[in-house]
Amino acid sequence: MRGPATVLRGVVLGIGALAFLFPFYYMFIGSLQAEPDSTPAGAFPNPGNLTLANYAAIDSRISLVSGLINSGIFTGGVLLCTVLFGVLAGYALAILEWRGRSFTFGLALLVQVVPFQLLLVPLYVLIARNYGLGDNYLGMIIPFAINSAAVLIFRQYFLQLPRELFEAARIDGAGELKILGSVALPLVRPALATAVLLTFIGPWNEFLWPFLITKRADMQPLAVSLANYITNVAGSAANPFGAIMAGAVVLAVPVIVIFLIFQRYFVSTDLGSGVKG
Amino acid sequence: VTSVVSGSRSDHRDPPPVVTPQRRRPLVERLLGKHPLGWLFGAPYLIFVFAIFAYPLIFAGYMSFHDYFFAAPGARVNRPFIGLENYADALTDPKVQQSFVNVGVFLIINVPLTVVLALVLATLLNQVVHLRTFLRFSFYVPYVTASVAIVGVWLFLFSGNGLVNQILGPLAPDPTWLINPQWAMPSIAFFVTWKGLGFYILLYLAALQNVPKELYESAATDGAGRISQFWHVTVPGVRPATVLVLLLATVTGANLFTEPYLLTGGGGPNGASTSPVFVMYQQGIQQGKPGYAAAIGIILVILVLIIALLQNRFVGDRDR
Repeated sequence: MRGPATVLRGVVLGIGALAFLFPFYYMFIGSLQAEPDSTPAGAFPNPGNLTLANYAAIDSRISLVSGLINSGIFTGGVLLCTVLFGVLAGYALAILEWRGRSFTFGLALLVQVVPFQLLLVPLYVLIARNYGLGDNYLGMIIPFAINSAAVLIFRQYFLQLPRELFEAARIDGAGELKILGSVALPLVRPALATAVLLTFIGPWNEFLWPFLITKRADMQPLAVSLANYITNVAGSAANPFGAIMAGAVVLAVPVIVIFLIFQRYFVSTDLGSGVKG
Repeated sequence: VTSVVSGSRSDHRDPPPVVTPQRRRPLVERLLGKHPLGWLFGAPYLIFVFAIFAYPLIFAGYMSFHDYFFAAPGARVNRPFIGLENYADALTDPKVQQSFVNVGVFLIINVPLTVVLALVLATLLNQVVHLRTFLRFSFYVPYVTASVAIVGVWLFLFSGNGLVNQILGPLAPDPTWLINPQWAMPSIAFFVTWKGLGFYILLYLAALQNVPKELYESAATDGAGRISQFWHVTVPGVRPATVLVLLLATVTGANLFTEPYLLTGGGGPNGASTSPVFVMYQQGIQQGKPGYAAAIGIILVILVLIIALLQNRFVGDRDR
């Protein structure tokens, strides 16, 4: 089996993996360098040039803790709404028979190809200007509140449960909410994990919307305050690259950790069903 | 689908089967379906879609035909109807034109590169046995990380005396990548391709599971080599996924904002990397002309729809 094709495949995948991972490694090394070293030798850790000063530098300009808290509230709000209302909608789409079902399912598919750029200006006018929700967590959360892809993932998992289960529970006199909570939900835990992971990366990484809607520095999620640092302040710092990369490590680590924990749920078939319906 | 069937059944003229003792189903059930609770469960999501997608879309259309400007909430102001003036202004504005050319360059590089690399890497990844989890992790990790976080290290890598130029030596472009008018937009396109590739690899991996193994076996018995199998079995087998990847890559590319805003300091050098969404941000929010920005958005979406239809026409199902 070890023909030249296998070797070639290994080489291509190896180069690919290197190209994908190296910038992350380099970001981490760069965040620890006292003096930015962009020579090839700088790609290897040099004990004489390692420091945590960049983390202190970025923290003195943008508060990392308050940025992380804001990102956490933004992401947590979206996750809460998506899990709560998304599970209800997914259950209604998969298990209940009602007149608006196919229409709602069609909407959930359609919504995923509506480009955000078309919504950008009207949402800004409505949320920031008309409703006065600028610099407000609610204003940040609302446009992302229910992730349609998560709704479709929940629907897909509920569809795979045997029908007899629901019939039996109904004959026993259980209400739909009770069936959902104590029969259906415990059986679709992988769907919850997939949806949580997929939904988490949206608001945590989102830049444009919270950037538009937050002007006060103490309300900005970390992605926004770090971006503002990159565009405004970096020029005046002693080691701007080091400080930027230190902030970037702080922003990236929570997602990468969550991704590592949930990776076994990040399976192609589940997400495929979410995106394709 | 079943809800439509069960709903229309009550409208049938046929007499009800004699076996069932009840005459007609209750009014609520006939109007709302067998489980009216479905409406209640679906209501938050439906309200969300109408408030966040449907209404703003209509509002965008309304704004684009009016001289819309910001006013204090609740203030009664006259925002006159101006017909297609915003559209005419947008189409003749050199900055808008340049942003559309820029995003065109971006799409020409990003979309084909995304399709080819994602399909090739997914095919190879699908065959490996060892290190599968590690390889998948490394391909997905840029996708799950924020652009804002990765931009810093790319600025460092591609700066004037950054690692990339030190390795390239005399081959490095001057001025360096992101401040070079010729290279700024292609550099952004490479960045976005690299960043988003994991998601498309994932879609192709899902599609590859649906290509029947027998097709590869019969192609092999016919004497087809690996490359021939890839071309005649894999590529046609994942065509529906390719249509989806093309659509999503095009829509994502047309949405370009964060990368030029951060990598090239907001569309530099000299507007060589502005994007339509960046112009919408400048005009609509910074300069207070949301009607004008909405018109740019609608033109952009119409162009994306045309591209998507053409892609579907040429790449979609050829049997029909």
